[in-house]
Amino acid sequence: MGLFDFFSKKKKEQLNEGLEMTKKSVFSKITKAIAGKSKVDDEVLDNLEEILVTSDVGVTTTLKIIERIEARVARDKYLGADELNSILKEEIAALLSENDSDSISGFDFPKMEVPYVIMVVGVNGVGKTTTIGKLAYQFKMAGKSVLLGAADTFRAAAVDQLTIWSERVDVPLISQGMGADPASVAYDTLKSAVANKADVVIIDTAGRLHNKINLMNELTKIKNVMKKIIPEAPQEILLILDASTGQNAIEQAKQFTAATEVNALALTKLDGTAKGGVVIGISDQFKIPVKYIGIGEKKEDLQLFDKFEFVDSLFSQE
Amino acid sequence: MFESLSEKLDRSFKILKGQGKITEINVSETLKEVRKALLDADVSYKIAKQFTDEVKERALGQNVLTAISPGQLMIKIVHDNLTELMGGEHTDINIKGDPAIILIAGLQGSGKTTFSAKLANYLKQKKGKRPLLVAGDVYRPAAINQLQVLGNTIDVEVYTEEGSMEPVKIARNSINHAKANGYNVVIVDTAGRLAIDEQMMDEISSIKEALKPQETLFVVDAMTGQDAVNTAKAFHDRLNFEGVVLTKLDGDTRGGAALTIKAVVSKPIKFVGIGEKIDALDVFYPKRMADRILGMGDIVSLVEKAQEQFDEQEARKLQKKIAKDQFNFNDFLAQIKQIKKMGNVKDLMSMIPGMGKAIKNLDIDDDAFKHVEAIIYSMTPSERDNPKIINGSRRKRIALGSGTDIQEVNRLIKQFDETRRMMKMMTTSGGKGMMKMMQNMQGAKR
Repeated sequence: MGLFDFFSKKKKEQLNEGLEMTKKSVFSKITKAIAGKSKVDDEVLDNLEEILVTSDVGVTTTLKIIERIEARVARDKYLGADELNSILKEEIAALLSENDSDSISGFDFPKMEVPYVIMVVGVNGVGKTTTIGKLAYQFKMAGKSVLLGAADTFRAAAVDQLTIWSERVDVPLISQGMGADPASVAYDTLKSAVANKADVVIIDTAGRLHNKINLMNELTKIKNVMKKIIPEAPQEILLILDASTGQNAIEQAKQFTAATEVNALALTKLDGTAKGGVVIGISDQFKIPVKYIGIGEKKEDLQLFDKFEFVDSLFSQE
Repeated sequence: MFESLSEKLDRSFKILKGQGKITEINVSETLKEVRKALLDADVSYKIAKQFTDEVKERALGQNVLTAISPGQLMIKIVHDNLTELMGGEHTDINIKGDPAIILIAGLQGSGKTTFSAKLANYLKQKKGKRPLLVAGDVYRPAAINQLQVLGNTIDVEVYTEEGSMEPVKIARNSINHAKANGYNVVIVDTAGRLAIDEQMMDEISSIKEALKPQETLFVVDAMTGQDAVNTAKAFHDRLNFEGVVLTKLDGDTRGGAALTIKAVVSKPIKFVGIGEKIDALDVFYPKRMADRILGMGDIVSLVEKAQEQFDEQEARKLQKKIAKDQFNFNDFLAQIKQIKKMGNVKDLMSMIPGMGKAIKNLDIDDDAFKHVEAIIYSMTPSERDNPKIINGSRRKRIALGSGTDIQEVNRLIKQFDETRRMMKMMTTSGGKGMMKMMQNMQGAKR
């Protein structure tokens, strides 16, 4: 499968639309920074620092990127401004991790022996339930049988919200209502998935701040309970990050990974003005790939993340 | 909340310590650290720069005039500037009007619905108002349900229009409903929207125009990064909102958004959300927040919180009991309940000056008193009334019943005796007594 197969023309337009704000602001600044200059000097690097920091890339990662560029400038002496874009793309893309070979890389994947279980985690309000609805839709469109588990039994009307999504994209849902034990819901969902030979199971969990130890322990328990039914489950633990979140996302990634061994990221709300630059540092530091991006509220507004497309959309000149 | 930032500032000030006077060179090193700390805290790039420039100017101007250490002077200058940046004095919510109308706006997932319910609860419990909640988010699945569930738990009516997709009309009708039914505050929840979504921004402008609310509040996630500035500005341009609500501040975010938003839109932060419980809402005090950032603690809010939960009559009864040496495990249990009502123990502890750093990596959770309670609940009524009768075999039984061990029971009883002795000695107010005891309890847990 080619790199750009996921992006049909329509999807590409959607992505570009979603990233338009990011691109406009970043690119206009870069252009301004290098206008009338034939080589990368301190002023350009200063401007670059501003661009990256204001994109939420963070000071540490920004310095890392700048160091790499400076090293190249030192090596290639008279680096033209035109080359800056391609170098930036390369350097940033190099920081973004690849999917590991164990996890699926698209919505259409070969039939597996056991259901592929995705456990969705994240802080409050990042868009977990909405992302699940959109994921379910994509898997269903790819001809997979999908089962949802409503293990957010805490937030008011969370089960209702997932129920509406399950009806909207026409996939079944296992629920024990509000206030039920989330681990028990996950257990039931997997049991039913095995019995019905489902291809994909997606487990919703309640939003929780990563510094609440009890709630993080609960998450570990939900994860462990699933192994009683399917030893390798959950094959994917998907941490949802809101693109508008700043440097705290790093702490989120750290704590959720400690509690549940997160192995995939989804970046939501990329259709706004937020740039989501913090994922670059996260992906680099924790070696977790970004797998999906959310670019709207409709069921089709979810795409597979492709780092070259992503970086390209950030810096491409149109 | 801001431990990380205050730690960083702490460290950068250490560079200054031991220096005789502030010079251009030593101040610029410190300010570089301050600036990096601010950026790590998600303070807007431009604001951070502006801030450090201002601090530098003040620092250099003052160094010849004062005799205190450069470090202390810098702390004061940074602190003063921080307070100024965060909004000066506290501004209350405007609920004048019959009914007073409060419009809630913000991005998706910022916590509008939860805040709406918390605000209704706050106005009902603390301001004696009769609030009406209005479900204006007709788009997100189950958003209306969510508000209804929350409304139920606080016993506040939620105005909805089944199947309607016209939030402007719903909002308008809700005011008539409020007038007809004697509600004096109307809180209108709205759908989350992106600032660049023209259609949705037009919609909320129309709602505002139709309602002419006393207050429009912009709800923003405390974890927001550099985009906070853009979003706040865009919403402000369209809505000219009166105040800002900062949510999810119970996380470990450094909360740079708090530092910048006011600076960018010149509007005060009126409330902060500090938990998922319905009463986890606090008013925002810029000065206290600056104190907190600099690790000076927030003793004022702690005392206020204690006072709020403090029942004077109960306290007088308790004092008598203490004086007569009749303080028993039932009273102890009642005290624990009161402390728990004050909120998250770790939050409370972090307000005590100097504690912020000490408890940062300590695992204190809401269940900190669980074992203590279990032990007391495993005592017979007569044991609770008269702790003196608890002998060895009774201790064994209590340990078994509470799922703890004898050492833990012994520790608690010893702690209890000490507390009792201490309380008897104390002639201070009940509020302080409670704090003291809380510290003791924590000691017992560890």
